[in-house]
Amino acid sequence: MSAVTEVGPAGTAGPTASPLTERRPLGDRGFQILALSCGLLVLVILVLIAVTTSQQASLWFTTEGWKIFTYNWNPAANQFGALAFIFGTAVTAVIALVLAVPVSIGIALLLTEVVPYRWSRPIVYVIDLLAVVPSVVWGLWGILVFAPWLNHIYADIGSAVNGIPVLGSLFGPPTSGASFFTAGIILAFMITPIVTSLSREVIATVPAIDKEGAYALGATRLEMIRGAVWPHSQGGVVGAILLGLGRAMGETIAAALVIGSSPVITSHLFSPGYNMPAVIANQFGEASGVFRSALMGIGVLLFVFTIIINVIARGIVERNARRKRGA
Amino acid sequence: MEQSEQEIPIQTELPKPAVRQTTGERTAETTPPTVFDAKNVSIYYGAFRAVTDVSLNIHENEITAFIGPSGCGKTTVLRTLNRMNDLVPGARVEGEVQYRGASLYASGVSPIAVRRRIGMVFQKPNPFPKSIYDNVAYGPRINGEHNKGKLNEIVETSLRGAALWDEVKDRLNNSGLGLSGGQAQRLCIARTIAVEPDVILMDEPCSALDPIATGAIEDLMHEIKSRYTIVIVTHNMQQATRVSDRTAFYSVLRNEKSDTRTGVLVEYGQTEQIFQDPTDPRTQAYVSGRMG
Amino acid sequence: MAVVTEQQGVDLREPRGWRRTSNRIATVLMVVSFVVVLIPLGFVLFTVIAKGASVISWQFLTGSPIPPNVLPANIGGMWPAILGTLEITGLATVLAVPLGVLGAIYLNEYGGKNWLAALIGFMSDVMTGVPSIIMGLFIFSIWVLHFGFSGLAGAFALGCLMLPIVIRSTYEMLRLVPNSLREGSYALGATKSRVTLTVVLPAAIGGIVSGALLAVARAAGETAPLLFTILVVTEPNPNVFSGANTSLPSQIFVNASSPYVGAQDRGWGAALTLIAICFILMIVARLVTARFARYTH
Repeated sequence: MSAVTEVGPAGTAGPTASPLTERRPLGDRGFQILALSCGLLVLVILVLIAVTTSQQASLWFTTEGWKIFTYNWNPAANQFGALAFIFGTAVTAVIALVLAVPVSIGIALLLTEVVPYRWSRPIVYVIDLLAVVPSVVWGLWGILVFAPWLNHIYADIGSAVNGIPVLGSLFGPPTSGASFFTAGIILAFMITPIVTSLSREVIATVPAIDKEGAYALGATRLEMIRGAVWPHSQGGVVGAILLGLGRAMGETIAAALVIGSSPVITSHLFSPGYNMPAVIANQFGEASGVFRSALMGIGVLLFVFTIIINVIARGIVERNARRKRGA
Repeated sequence: MEQSEQEIPIQTELPKPAVRQTTGERTAETTPPTVFDAKNVSIYYGAFRAVTDVSLNIHENEITAFIGPSGCGKTTVLRTLNRMNDLVPGARVEGEVQYRGASLYASGVSPIAVRRRIGMVFQKPNPFPKSIYDNVAYGPRINGEHNKGKLNEIVETSLRGAALWDEVKDRLNNSGLGLSGGQAQRLCIARTIAVEPDVILMDEPCSALDPIATGAIEDLMHEIKSRYTIVIVTHNMQQATRVSDRTAFYSVLRNEKSDTRTGVLVEYGQTEQIFQDPTDPRTQAYVSGRMG
Repeated sequence: MAVVTEQQGVDLREPRGWRRTSNRIATVLMVVSFVVVLIPLGFVLFTVIAKGASVISWQFLTGSPIPPNVLPANIGGMWPAILGTLEITGLATVLAVPLGVLGAIYLNEYGGKNWLAALIGFMSDVMTGVPSIIMGLFIFSIWVLHFGFSGLAGAFALGCLMLPIVIRSTYEMLRLVPNSLREGSYALGATKSRVTLTVVLPAAIGGIVSGALLAVARAAGETAPLLFTILVVTEPNPNVFSGANTSLPSQIFVNASSPYVGAQDRGWGAALTLIAICFILMIVARLVTARFARYTH
């Protein structure tokens, strides 16, 4: 350590006086470890979620076995089949996607391809407002205002399609304001912001040169979107839709209030139903024993479903982004 | 640290080095002591060899210029001198770089300690998003100086040293981002000299500046070189002739087979000799504007 | 002359027929999609403001206890729920924001491109998609079963929700900090932690704060994670660390399921209060972004 000071030429002490060899300060190392542990916390929490909830649910899995996938749910009679909830989750999520995706992509295209920048900002603010309205407020409005109003419309549609083969069994009477369809509509409102913003991010990365190329060939805007924007953003938009699907499946409180709380499997979309998060929210409070374990187990299933969907979706989005950077 | 506090006096009080008043008078016998001694240095980024086999000595209280065409590795060599290349993932140095007799890349050498002595000014002025005062006080603070009075003193002497004091003394608490390009670069120089380095590395410090700001920086370099050893990378050959005592000319060696390019040191010597009487034909071609 | 006649012959009008029609239909549909989301948003906000404003009074905001469902809206007050929301969201913020910022620092400043950082970043994104009710079940299993219901348990659940959001938004902000600033600090002999704490974080602070505020707004409106972690009570509980508590969203949930008009009215009042809190957080976030926007390139 002293070697360095000695080699300095005579008369040039000063800045060179202290040694070059210096231990890395403890604080610096400590900070790195602290930051790393906070990063690892994400993985730890995810693993802990899986482990602890599965433990709580094991009673259900062991007592019911494969019967967890039957559709008899009657806690009073100790029947805990979850199929009706899985069905309801799928139905409401699909309704939400069918309604939200075209609208979201439409707004995303409007923002990126049509309106000038100074208009796009207010539009983005409005979409953000939609995202800030809490789930429970959607539920409150849904059950007290929207569902009673929808019920009239459902009744009109129901009597109009009554007797028509497919439509009749989907939309015929009897109808209820709190139903699969109402839940689907409310979920659609709630997932529109995320699908819009992700689609917009993807569409915004389409190279200007591709768009200009299409315009230079005399394409109309629609032809440009089909020829230049869509091929580039297809994958990313699919990822955005899947993320919206994950949200729609897990969104709890609004669905719990407007879905009608009736564990049935039916093709009838205007009838009351149930889905996985809603049944947990509504019944967990008074549950114990196998009942509580069953609700915990439905939570585990929901966790697994949403994790799978999110992993696929993020994978698609990330691969898309990487390919774009590579190109 | 205590010694260096006295080393920042106003520059008129500094003893003028007897060795060289002008570049022309210098001869081999009066060559100042060596600060850097690089031997057979090659620098790799991953598997790519950016620079091959550079050997040169850099002398105390001189301005040494690195010139050469784009991609010749002059910035890479410069960043090797204060271990800034450590920050580039995959960067690796082979050969020996000695700084005042100590090997820079020996195990146990802390890049932090190295950079405290060997400061750097960058191509684009990069003031921190802090006040002018805090920009200059940043270095002393991270080195443990928290005495308000001493910091005030350091800030003033450093800003004076960088010929910026008169322009900013009334707005020390304004953001450093509000300065013009030339002022911002002088702020960065002030920030660098505030930690009292031994060497200042300058990576094309004037490339983002207009000619007037460039002139100010060049004057400044002349003023401070009595206290610091300066190494400057420049694209501008006139600048090299104006400011430097010695010049190193780098060039690119293209390997036709693997289609890779590697920087090499072609010629190194007194600036006058490099520009007026180059020995290597490549140097001659470059300095006379026929290449690169 | 010939040139002029030729120019007159050139047809520079928009293409006719199906090409023009389809393009116009597409544009109209895009505008319609925006209008389609404007309607429910306007409808919800209008209803909440119209119904909530008539309930809200100083006594409603600061009075307690929360009366039973059967009583009309002008008795008692929402203070227990407002206090609970402030306590629990505040504690969740204190827990999640520093951890999230540090996690993002690991990802951007230390991890770089190594596999662990890639995994953590990916799983953190995945974690934003975990349903909020799962966070409630998780904290119920790991904490409530052993230590009972408390505001702290609710804060843990909300914190789990906020953590990945804070990591993602902070990470994006750190990425925007130009490398030249880091190098400037390194060249003065700063250690990596110094560089990060004294240069990188201050340069990104506006975006980090704004991202954190949006995460807080999201957490403040969440009900599902609180259902099984804090329960619902009618008296204010100033001790966030022990005893059952309540929150605005939980209270709205209870009231929304009630058939009594008084309870529903209180629900609207609480909803207006909650939306006001969330919107204020969002507006502050926007202002912070605008205030600090000049240092992001």
